[in-house]
Amino acid sequence: MSEAEVFEKVKEIIIDHLGVDEADVKMEASLVDDLKADSLDTVEMIMSLEEEFQIDIEDSEAESLKTVGDAVRFIAERSGK
Amino acid sequence: MPGKKVVITGMGAVTPLGLDVESTWKALCAGTSGVAPITKFDASAFPVRFAAEVKNFDPSLYMDRKLVRRFDGYMHFAYAATAEAMKMAGLDRDAVTAYGPERCGMIIGSGIGGMQSFFEESEAYIRGGHKKVSPFFIPAMIPNMASGMLAIDYNLQAVNFSVSTACATATHSFFTALRLIRAGDADIIVCGGAEGGVNIMSLAGFAAEKAISTRNDEPQKASRPFDRDRDGFVLGEGAGILVLETEESAKKRGAKIIAELAGAGTSCDAYHMTAPRPDGQGAAMAIKNALRDAGCTPESVDYVNAHGTSTPLGDRGEVLAVKSVFGDHARKLRMNSTKSMSGHLLGAAGGLEAIVCVKSIQDGYLHPTINLDNPDEGLDLDFVANSGVSCPVRTAVSNSFGFGGHNASVVIRAYQG
Repeated sequence: MSEAEVFEKVKEIIIDHLGVDEADVKMEASLVDDLKADSLDTVEMIMSLEEEFQIDIEDSEAESLKTVGDAVRFIAERSGK
Repeated sequence: MPGKKVVITGMGAVTPLGLDVESTWKALCAGTSGVAPITKFDASAFPVRFAAEVKNFDPSLYMDRKLVRRFDGYMHFAYAATAEAMKMAGLDRDAVTAYGPERCGMIIGSGIGGMQSFFEESEAYIRGGHKKVSPFFIPAMIPNMASGMLAIDYNLQAVNFSVSTACATATHSFFTALRLIRAGDADIIVCGGAEGGVNIMSLAGFAAEKAISTRNDEPQKASRPFDRDRDGFVLGEGAGILVLETEESAKKRGAKIIAELAGAGTSCDAYHMTAPRPDGQGAAMAIKNALRDAGCTPESVDYVNAHGTSTPLGDRGEVLAVKSVFGDHARKLRMNSTKSMSGHLLGAAGGLEAIVCVKSIQDGYLHPTINLDNPDEGLDLDFVANSGVSCPVRTAVSNSFGFGGHNASVVIRAYQG
């Protein structure tokens, strides 16, 4: 799956979970600072990403995903394997 | 005798009969049943396949979209009813902040809390282990979370917790709020009950208890309080919320005073897990305590909104209780059952029924008890059977009795400044 394809799906999940506007979900947007995800939001979003892309994301890996782009690149790489 | 006068300045309801107070009250006065076959889930294998569901309800009108998915149904109903009550009371976040958030509180309870959330997350666990359990599972399930979350929305920083006494939850919430306002812990308390009552496990559980009617061929006739052929209650859901405050704060804010919460009383049967005392003496004690608290005589009560669930034992016990408290006057006052139409809103029932008392006072009208074709032997009070009646009401009593033997009654009086 390409990064662009992953981005589209990640964007949907972020909009759904965080109730943010589509326009705000950019690759460089910080999940916590820009999109206002709190700790529970993040846990739930990671669970949805795991479900959507049929992958496992370890807690330590989840902590390293600071921006939308981090998540997209991580998933593109992981799901490409 | 109590010191401070506590008044009602706001009311909000979400019920199987309507999504606000006015539509619910109109449906009740028209004798409409809110009972129908269950649509929320497939109940075809259940011994009971009908309930009083809240219909055409869109929670996203009352909260952020992301919260809709995270909250249990009982919280959705709490949000909607609170929005209506706060609006009626002239309160929003800014008004609370201007008045003093440290003087404003909330006590919204639930009898069964987030039962549906518990069920869904248990399913997720069984399917995929602990990693599949949502981080919002606990917040969605615990029965105090409606109070906790709504306090954030409205900036309510004074007393805030929830009361949980099964089907007496809302009435015990009023009892508690009344006392805390009198004691000076808050000037304003938003209070009542909310229940996501119609869900798979709730239906399974109440059906196993044989507490609910099995009249599957005639759902609208299933809730028939005081009738010879009653066979249990009808599961319902929704929320009923009041804004209570001191007369002084209402005047200071320029809020319209709707009625007075004159008194509240409580008691415990100390008798059985689920069955009421057959002689009704536990219920009688709660009513007596409420009348004493309100400083009013039994003879001054015009109207009793019965707990009246349509169970064989409960209805009989309540009639005995009313006869015991009111003596000869029991035959002069009128007593109807809102649940004949709304079904049983469990922890929210007392919320709706307190609102019905206020509307009865305002309109001088008592809604009927429907399906009362053949009053059971010994159940011989004026139940306003099958058609409503115009009747001046100055003082009303609302009763609620919950599993665990929890009894609570409130006295609601026409406001006189």
